[in-house]
Amino acid sequence: MTAVQEPKKLEVPEGHVTLVIDDVEVVAPKGELIIRTAERLGIVIPRFCDHPLLDPAGACRQCLVEVEMGGRPMPKPQASCTMTVADGMVVRTQRTSKVADKAQQGVMELLLINHPLDCPICDKGGECPLQNQALAHGRADSRFVDVKRTFPKPINVSTQVLLDRERCVLCQRCTRFSAQIAGDPFIELLERGADQQVGTEATSEITALNKTSEGKEFASYFSGNTIQICPVGALTSAQYRFRSRPFDLVSTPSVCEHCSSGCAERTDWRRGKVQRKLAGNDPEVNEEWICDKGRFAFRYATAADRITRPLVRDKATGELVESSWTEALRMAADGLATARDAKGAGVLTGGRLTVEDAYAYAKFARIALRTNDIDFRARAHSDEELSFLASSVVGTTPENGVTFTAIENAPAVLTVAFEPEEEAPIVFLRLRKAARKNNTAVFHIGQWTTTSVTKTSASLLACQPGGEAAAIEGLATHAPDVVEALRKNGAVIVFGERAAQVPGLFSALTKLSAETGAKLAWIPRRAGERGALEAGALPTLLPGGHPVTDAAARAEIERAWGVDEGTLPAEPGRDTSAILAAASNGKLSGLVVGGVDPNDLPDPALAREALETLSGNGFIVSLELRRSAVHDYAHVVLPIAPSVEKAGSYLNWEGRRREFGTTLEGTGALPDGRVLDTLAVEMDVDLFTQTPASAAGDFARLPSVNDSSANGSRPSMLEVPAAQVPSSLGGPSALLATWRQLLDNGSMQDDEPALAGTARPVVARVSESTARALGLNGTATVSTARGSITLPVVHADLPDGVVWLPADSGDSTVRATLGAGHGDIVTLARGEAS
Amino acid sequence: MTDVFDTQTHERAEAIIARYPQARSALLPMLHLVQSVQGFVSQAGIAFCAQKLDLSTAEVSAVATFYTMYKRKPCGEHLVSVCTNTLCAALGGDAIYTRLKEHLGSDTPDGKPLGHEETVGTPGESGSVTLEHAECLAACDLGPVLQVNYEYYDNLTEDKAVELVDALRAGDKPAPTRGAPLRDFKTAELELAGFFPEDEETYRSTVDAPTAAEETVRGARMAADNGWTAPAMPAKVAMPEVQKK
Amino acid sequence: MTEPRKPAPVTPVLTKTWLSPRSWTLDTYTKLEGYTALPKALKASPEQLVQLVKDSGLRGRGGAGFPAGVKWSFMPPNEDKPHYLVINADEGEPGTCKDIPLMMADPHSLIEGCVIASYAMRAHHCFIYVRGEALHCIRRLNAAVREAYQAGYLGKNILDSGFDLDIVVHPGAGAYICGEETALLDSLEGRRGQPRLKPPFPAAAGLYAAPTTVNNVETIASVPFIVNGGSDWFREMGTEKSPGPKIYSISGHVEKPGQYEAPLGTTLRDLLELAGGMKDGIPLKFWTPGGSSTPMFTAEHLDVPLDFEGAAEAGSMLGTTAVQVFNETVSVPWAVMKWTQFYKHESCGKCTPCREGTYWLTQILERMVAGNGTEADIDTLLDVCDNVLGRSFCALGDGAVSPITSGIQYFRDEFLALCDKQKAAPALAGAQA
Repeated sequence: MTAVQEPKKLEVPEGHVTLVIDDVEVVAPKGELIIRTAERLGIVIPRFCDHPLLDPAGACRQCLVEVEMGGRPMPKPQASCTMTVADGMVVRTQRTSKVADKAQQGVMELLLINHPLDCPICDKGGECPLQNQALAHGRADSRFVDVKRTFPKPINVSTQVLLDRERCVLCQRCTRFSAQIAGDPFIELLERGADQQVGTEATSEITALNKTSEGKEFASYFSGNTIQICPVGALTSAQYRFRSRPFDLVSTPSVCEHCSSGCAERTDWRRGKVQRKLAGNDPEVNEEWICDKGRFAFRYATAADRITRPLVRDKATGELVESSWTEALRMAADGLATARDAKGAGVLTGGRLTVEDAYAYAKFARIALRTNDIDFRARAHSDEELSFLASSVVGTTPENGVTFTAIENAPAVLTVAFEPEEEAPIVFLRLRKAARKNNTAVFHIGQWTTTSVTKTSASLLACQPGGEAAAIEGLATHAPDVVEALRKNGAVIVFGERAAQVPGLFSALTKLSAETGAKLAWIPRRAGERGALEAGALPTLLPGGHPVTDAAARAEIERAWGVDEGTLPAEPGRDTSAILAAASNGKLSGLVVGGVDPNDLPDPALAREALETLSGNGFIVSLELRRSAVHDYAHVVLPIAPSVEKAGSYLNWEGRRREFGTTLEGTGALPDGRVLDTLAVEMDVDLFTQTPASAAGDFARLPSVNDSSANGSRPSMLEVPAAQVPSSLGGPSALLATWRQLLDNGSMQDDEPALAGTARPVVARVSESTARALGLNGTATVSTARGSITLPVVHADLPDGVVWLPADSGDSTVRATLGAGHGDIVTLARGEAS
Repeated sequence: MTDVFDTQTHERAEAIIARYPQARSALLPMLHLVQSVQGFVSQAGIAFCAQKLDLSTAEVSAVATFYTMYKRKPCGEHLVSVCTNTLCAALGGDAIYTRLKEHLGSDTPDGKPLGHEETVGTPGESGSVTLEHAECLAACDLGPVLQVNYEYYDNLTEDKAVELVDALRAGDKPAPTRGAPLRDFKTAELELAGFFPEDEETYRSTVDAPTAAEETVRGARMAADNGWTAPAMPAKVAMPEVQKK
Repeated sequence: MTEPRKPAPVTPVLTKTWLSPRSWTLDTYTKLEGYTALPKALKASPEQLVQLVKDSGLRGRGGAGFPAGVKWSFMPPNEDKPHYLVINADEGEPGTCKDIPLMMADPHSLIEGCVIASYAMRAHHCFIYVRGEALHCIRRLNAAVREAYQAGYLGKNILDSGFDLDIVVHPGAGAYICGEETALLDSLEGRRGQPRLKPPFPAAAGLYAAPTTVNNVETIASVPFIVNGGSDWFREMGTEKSPGPKIYSISGHVEKPGQYEAPLGTTLRDLLELAGGMKDGIPLKFWTPGGSSTPMFTAEHLDVPLDFEGAAEAGSMLGTTAVQVFNETVSVPWAVMKWTQFYKHESCGKCTPCREGTYWLTQILERMVAGNGTEADIDTLLDVCDNVLGRSFCALGDGAVSPITSGIQYFRDEFLALCDKQKAAPALAGAQA
């Protein structure tokens, strides 16, 4: 066939080619796979191994099409998932080519000869690409009359993922995901030919005889994605297996409530109960992946200790007893009003609120309690951090700040005081993609070669814990190549909540950014922190980001809120630590707490003391989903709704609004904003936060620091000198490095044993020479005056005299037990034999 | 438990890794090395390779289970591989394999014919023999063939094969038709890993062991006998002219 | 087709030294003019050597017959990344038995060829990937490599030319698929030997994603002779499009099986004459021109010139010139079943058609040979073959169906005869457990 004379010429942009698919002329970018071009035309070529985010495999051969190049037909049908478009190419799919149709039918039949007919009991039944394809295009009966391949049913490839090998079509999506996307080759193809199967060492027929040592350990944080992308029912989750049929489920789009990435999710539920969560497709944010915490950790919301009724403290017995909302709110309002009028009341919101709920707290503090004593930071924090958030973070959006896409396209990324895989797994995936696909140079200032370092092909710049600021200041001298790399257009510097524990780090980063032009990205760990910052749940910032000291902004907000001029307090308030210190010193009379665990705070003892004091001589209102640490001290406990039972939005670390609707309607659970709104009414104040929508509307009317034409209203960054860390401590003294692991003791992971099974081992890490010097073999004990933690020792390339502990995993509860944090001095000794 | 791999094995693994521009290339010879110690690949061997090459055990298992020569069960002193591919089979290979299965099987406790990759005698002890059927061993002009520890025994008959395995069972080591003097499976695996006898004399005796099967040189001999040659090469050959790049 | 020029029925070039005592040693090799091509080659430019091999018309001896010089010319002229030469010594195609005797008898011609080819392609690292079961070849190659290092033919600054080359003899571990060049590269990288997507082709991104050429043993061992004799000399043997001598390996039911190096284009009739005719005079039934993956021929094809074009025109392929000869005592369905079992065992498992197709075809054939086949099974066999041929990821699938389709093409009656038992009870067809 020669080229058809086409009167109308299609516009062919630079870097594009023209080809014909099923007689339709189409323009496609060079390098595009035929299967994608066809899809854009609405022509669906069946496929199993193909996945747009995985490297092409060409394994299943389901997508065969006929291709003609330069007028010459290619002798064999081609896999449209591996062949890229070319100018003048003519493609015939199953719709216009008998050869392609026959080839596809043939492959389908071959895929089915060894596939069991167990669709009625298979989890995938009803949402199975193989089933759909077989029904749509397969033969009505099978010519295969011989013996099917069978395997013993099912095997665990991890505590969370089960594999039914006889269902597997060996498309390698799961193994490619694990190797390429996650960098965790914990499953692999085993055996050969018709015996080929997916599995692990443990599932392989390799005898365990004489086994004395382990290879690299694997517990992937992303294994759940393999279940979702499996095109058949071969991979199922321990959590969901045999729980439901897809067609009995209602699917609601949702947003993950765990970390600050704000992943798009789909929540599948039935009869008022969530059955499973799946990754939503959001190319800008999580692409098609979520971490296992986001996928599997949702049963906390239905835990046995969930609070559904208000509780008030009985004056006679001193016990909390169930009450009516009316009584509880009345008591809370009275107590808080009294406290406010005595020495005042503060607000600790916790870091997991929606923007709308955080806004309700911020407004409640300002006009019901008439205070700026509010802070969302239920973790180590500093004035320097506050100054940084006010000067450089609040008000930034994906339009003017760093984004996932910016990380992917960055020529260089420096991460410091931030462990991507543990703290923001989807950021980690993007960083890995950047390194893999775009050769992004990744530098990591930290203490040892963590999985985040190896899997992003990063260069580790090792420093002592607490020495990160000094390390940044020393870059120009010690690592000029890093500074050079950061000068490249689009370079990014990423850091997390741990930065607040390193004096001078925000200052040093601000300077480095100014010098190199690299953009700064603050990536907090919790889903609600970025939104709470915007909503003004801080002692120095108004909702919208203007400083509380900005009279004009205050006046504008007062007008918007319809309150008297001068209502809003003008002096900066106290931060979390100061609020707790004031409470324990009798300088504060009341506290509204929205989800704070004292063990997350820099000084858990101080927090308990404060609660203890107010419990006797003040007033505490606790808004709780489940029984919290504040519970025992509270005078009134008000139940609030989990994210799945309310609407709202999170602001992810990019400053991107991640709005979601109510998944489970009519449970009776109320969002924090609604509870506070009613409470405020009892205190003769109107918040207008009855619903998330009204709260959002109310908030939107306020002036935002982002709207300001000039940056005049942004406070400048506080300059803090870099902390100097002792170069060598000697003896049993060591510097503590610590951060949280993704899967740990966090209460939102409760009730998920299968998920917990994939957590990383709880170990202490020290350098080999430190271990030798201190005679640490087997276990190590890390202690402070407050207590001690004993863990198995693993050697890592830490600086000498440094010990790393997971912050809140198993018995390693660093804040609670040691009262210490990252960069503090601890005592390190050989562990008692256990 | 102590490491089943001694210091020398660790050193050998490092030596294998040093042969390659990228460490992972060492995996196939390292798995042979593992077999030279254990007589098969166990999870201990998998972990050994995984640690040395910074791979996951799943990755190493994936490789170990792909290749036929990596055995999952302990092999006997000798591995007898009978070619049962079409041509050898037609020439008697199938019959040899069946005969050996029965013959060796009669020596086992249950007396049943030996299955594929099954062993008579106790692995690790002299005279133990593992039997397998093999794909084409690339000695078709010498068929039917079998290999013992990958040394060739050519032009076999059922009776000659039985005689051979009887000798192996008795602790003898009949010389192969082509290949080094017979030693054992583990030694063969060590040589596959690239480690040969250290003293020159033994080394040369393995390299120089006779191999010239008549079939191999038949064409050459026929040409010599008949005075047939390839065309004579010109005295001077100029290199082609090419444009400089 | 050009009339093949036939200087003599047997033209020993590669096999010439095999008769000499201790032919595998450096001593013997150098006495027989070994390593005389190398200095000449090192004095020429890499481009000249590529041109020489192009001019000679040398085609790949591993089965596909791709012009070696053209393949070499795909290597980039720069050295932005290291270049690699990889020798495919993973001989395993059923019937094929030429490289193993070559490496046993004359490892140095391969090594000399490696040095010349590496120089021509600017490679400083060469790997010889030897089938694991060929232990004695590995032994002899290792010994030869050692000798070559000691004599200065390998290592740094070879023969004062400034050219450096290291050779590593690498053992396989039992997988036929590793004869496929990209599977071989994955295997050489310590992975499962499963074929890679092409493009990128090895010359662009091969071993360690660097420019790589994979050549067969016989191909590279021919190179020193081409350097010494020139392209015109090489072309005095064989045909216009398939020049040179070729090792024909004759096996099976002939009186004198063995290795016969003859000009390309020699016919089976000629070869049978050399090999003393059919064994015990039992007539020829079927034969493969170049291994089991090449569709079988019958007595009708005695005069087909066995060169790349001749075999293809007659409906098969030259393959590896592994001529397996079967007489009338052999059942074709049985032979086909055995070969199919081989392909099932050796299918790497990556793609559906080959993995599942060989699984299914084996079961049908086993059932037929056991006397439980039906006529419908023959149609199913052919249709499944049609669904595998040209649909699989690599050529293994194509090779796997060759014996079946050609077997049924020439011997359908034999397959039909196996179905007689089932004819009596057609209602039960396919209903057995």
